[in-house]
Parts: sequence; C-alpha cells; structure tokens
Amino acid sequence: MSIQEIQDEIVEEFSVYDDWMDKYNYLIELGKELPPIDPRYRTEAYLIDGCTSRVWIHAELDREGKMIITADSDAIITKGIVALLIRVFSGHTPEEIKDVELTFIDKVGLKENLSPTRANGLLSMIHQIRMYALAYYTKQQSEKKD
Amino acid sequence: MLNVYKIREDFPILDQQVYGKPLVYLDNGATTQKPRVVLETVERLYNRENANVHRGVHHLSTVTTENYEAARDTVRKYIHAAHSLEVIFTHGTTSSINAVAFSFGERYVRAGDEIIVSGMEHHANIVPWQMLCDRKGARLKVLPVDETGDLMLDKLENMMTNKTRLLAVTQVSNVLGTINPVKKIVETAHAHNVPVLVDGAQGIQHEKTDVQDIDCDFYVFSGHKIYGPTGVGVLYGKEKWLNEMPPYQGGGDMIKKVTFEKTIYEDLPLKFEAGTMNYIGAIGLARAIEYLQETGLDHIIAWEKELLDYATEKLKKIPGLRIYGNSKQKASIISFLIGDMHHYDTGMILDKLGIAVRTGHHCAQPLTESYGITGTVRASFAFYNTKEEVDVLYNGLMKVVEMLS
Repeated sequence: MSIQEIQDEIVEEFSVYDDWMDKYNYLIELGKELPPIDPRYRTEAYLIDGCTSRVWIHAELDREGKMIITADSDAIITKGIVALLIRVFSGHTPEEIKDVELTFIDKVGLKENLSPTRANGLLSMIHQIRMYALAYYTKQQSEKKD
Repeated sequence: MLNVYKIREDFPILDQQVYGKPLVYLDNGATTQKPRVVLETVERLYNRENANVHRGVHHLSTVTTENYEAARDTVRKYIHAAHSLEVIFTHGTTSSINAVAFSFGERYVRAGDEIIVSGMEHHANIVPWQMLCDRKGARLKVLPVDETGDLMLDKLENMMTNKTRLLAVTQVSNVLGTINPVKKIVETAHAHNVPVLVDGAQGIQHEKTDVQDIDCDFYVFSGHKIYGPTGVGVLYGKEKWLNEMPPYQGGGDMIKKVTFEKTIYEDLPLKFEAGTMNYIGAIGLARAIEYLQETGLDHIIAWEKELLDYATEKLKKIPGLRIYGNSKQKASIISFLIGDMHHYDTGMILDKLGIAVRTGHHCAQPLTESYGITGTVRASFAFYNTKEEVDVLYNGLMKVVEMLS
C-alpha cells in the first residue's frame, strides 16, 4: 500500500468516531498495542525534544532499502499517535518518505497537536523521521554512484 | 461570605463552552481571568483617554499621567510600601527579577560571592541569578525542599556566609502550593546582613502582603496573575537599595539631562522606567486591585481555603492519586499524579471534558526532577471557582482512570 493509501485508511477508521473520548480510546488502544522500543534506543540520543511527554525514534534500512521505524513514548496517547506515524511511514523507501505530504493528521482532528508549542512534539517527530529519510536517501544515492 | 455565583458574573470569559462542555478553568496559576471592571477600564482608556505619560503639556497626557501615578499609589497601599517611589512598574515578574539581578548584581556582586535561591523556585527566579553568577564569577547555592514540600529552613543559617549577597525565594510555590514563611526567612537572612528578594507571582493573589511587615528588600509580581492585564508587573524595592543601584535600561523618561558626554538619571521611580511603560496595563492592574479590595481579601482567602480543602479531600478519594506538596500552609494549588498515568495523557483527556489544567514541569524543572518525575498535573483555583467545578474535575479524573488503566 502506498503512503497515501495508508493515510486514507486511517482517516476512514477515525471517521466512525464523532466523540473525542472515542478517538482517544482508539489512540490509547494503539499505544498499548505498539511494542516498546529496543532499550538501546530509549536513550537521550534518540529522544525528541518535546515539552512534557518524551518520544524516542529510531530508523534503519532493511535489505530492500526500506526504512524500518521504531518509536516509543512515555505518554500513552502520544504513543498512539506515534503508532500511527509508524504505520504511515515504516516500510517505505527513504525517497517516498522524504517528500510525503501528511494529510491524515488534519483529517482525523489531531491538527492541534501540530502546533510548534504543543507539548507532545508531534511536529518534531515528523521532522526527525524526514531527517532520517533524507540522510538514508542521500546515502543510497551516493552508493548508487559508486 | 463570598457569593461565588455572583462573582462569576463579573468574569465574562467563564461563561462559555469548550468542546461542547462548560469551561472549568483551573489554570489560574498560569494566568487569571479578568473581571469586567478591568476590561472596561482598559477599553475606556484606549477609547477616551490614551496619551503617553510624563511627556505632554496637553490634557490627555495629564489625565493619563495622573491615572498612572494614582495606579502606583494603589499598588503601594496594597502591598503597604512606605513610599510610592519604591514601586516600579515593569513588564512582569520575570522582568522585575531580571532588573534586580542586573542592577543589584552590577552594584554589589563580585567574583567569589554567593547568591542563594530555594529548591522550589520557578525558572524566572533561577535563571537570572545563574546569568548573574556567570557574569560575575559568583556561585549559586540552593536551599533544599523536604518531602512534604517545605523549605528546610534549619539549613539556611549555615548556608549564609560573609560572601552571600542576596537570597531569592518565592512567597508561594507554583507547583507545590507551599506558602513559605517569608517574614521568618527575611529575619534569618537579615541577621546575617543578607538582603532578600521575595517572588510574589503566586502569593500576591492568595495572601495579604505587607512588604514592610515582611521587611523584604525586594518584592516582585505580575499583573496578569492578580486579575489584571498581561504585560505589566511590579518591582518593589527598598528606597536605600533602589537609590544605590544603577538603572538596567537606558532611554527616554529615565533621564534628567542628556549630553553626549554624560547623562544624569532621573530620581526614583522613573530611573527604572525607561521608555514608554505599559501605562494602560498599570492602570488596569490598579483597577483589578481595587476590585479585590471591594470583594474583600478576607472573603477571597477564606473561600480559596475552603475550595482547597474540599478539592484535596475529594481528589484523595481517587485510587492511586498522589498529591505533590503537602505543606500545612498551602495556597489553592494542587499538583498530582495518578498511578503511573502520564500527566500529559491526563491533561489531554481533561481538556476534552472542558477542564483546563496545566501539565508538565511548570517551569520548575529542578523541583520536579527532585521528586524523580517529569511533571505533574496541576489544578490551581481562584476565588471564582466553585465546589461544583471541583466535582467536575473529580468526575473527569475518574474518567481518566477508566480510560488509562
């Protein structure tokens, strides 16, 4: 499935909830289901600077050159959002990820979380994932030339 | 006795819904809402009386100057300062502390000297002193906080040396709610010739404050936390210090005579009021103070105490809830965590129920870290809050427990 198709799928899933509590319950469920990040990456070096809830992100390339993202948070609703980001991005090539337009956050009503001062640092998470993608993409391009 | 329902009619913002739920505003530690009389004052000033102070020969400027100086006197009376010239208007608590850290620091602090702060200070009462210490090669010392949330005052005596230049301490902790015995602290410090700055940001709206009785050397607070406009604050300083301290900002209005060779500064209080001050904010602040006096500070204090006791008992019934700050002397601030539930998750859910609380470290990271936590949920009450709102908070937290466990 393409990144856009996954985003559409998420929007579809959220469309059944018209109450905030149901949306949060769903995010909490996603957060609980997301396996914890490898303890090696739950460290200062992989920490995204948020304000009150902490988020750790790690990304690596698999053999097919696709980016595998793992992430975690100490707050469960944030972790639910993290789970959505992983579902959208992970398993795609750095080239696909680096330029992708994120449409689902606005559409499922999480846009307020995108404000730069928002405490969960969603904006920084997305930025960090794009940085990983850009770095791996650059690396892949230079390897092609060699 | 205070009629809270009548009081609420004075605060237009309280009567609204968020996410389809009645707003329950419990973030008064961050900022307070404004009574109609303050809003009307600010609007009238801009509509009818706006002109810059201290400058014009014309009618409006004279009126504004008179109002501004009357506001200074209202503040003086409210904190019971000896003279109006000891009341300096600033932009808020932070700018007041920075002003003292700079001006006092320039005059009195040298390499090897010491400044003492407490372990429960807001960043605004830590960072300016750290910056001063960095500039001067001085050292910052910290008076610790005990488990219940009280300052370990028995340690203060031994911390002070002949190198200690100033002690900066908060009147009320913005996280724990602890009301510090500032009068006693000042007495101890003065016995060692150490002057004291009291941060009144969280105290001025909850406590009767008499700077002469406390005998503090500096007292600072913000207008917006005492039901006044944002962007205005107060720096009270004893005349003897303010006279000796150099100004921290140069500009218009703070000078007697300027030549390119030398400038002669104005006398107090203008020496510390460079440039155009927030005179409309200052006059609005004075109106807020008058409103509190009309309402009756005794009634306000009594109602906030009743709210605090009611809320404390009620919240303790929630399984796994821990309150941070259990001093016997507390203002109406409750910081808490439930089980291993994250403060951010708790705050997010409460928000969608129409309940405004603050979450996080509340700009007091050294304090929250000393408890081994990244932050708390903080409900801070004002005299316009009701017991029914406490019940809404309680029910909201039960919902949080249900969703997060």
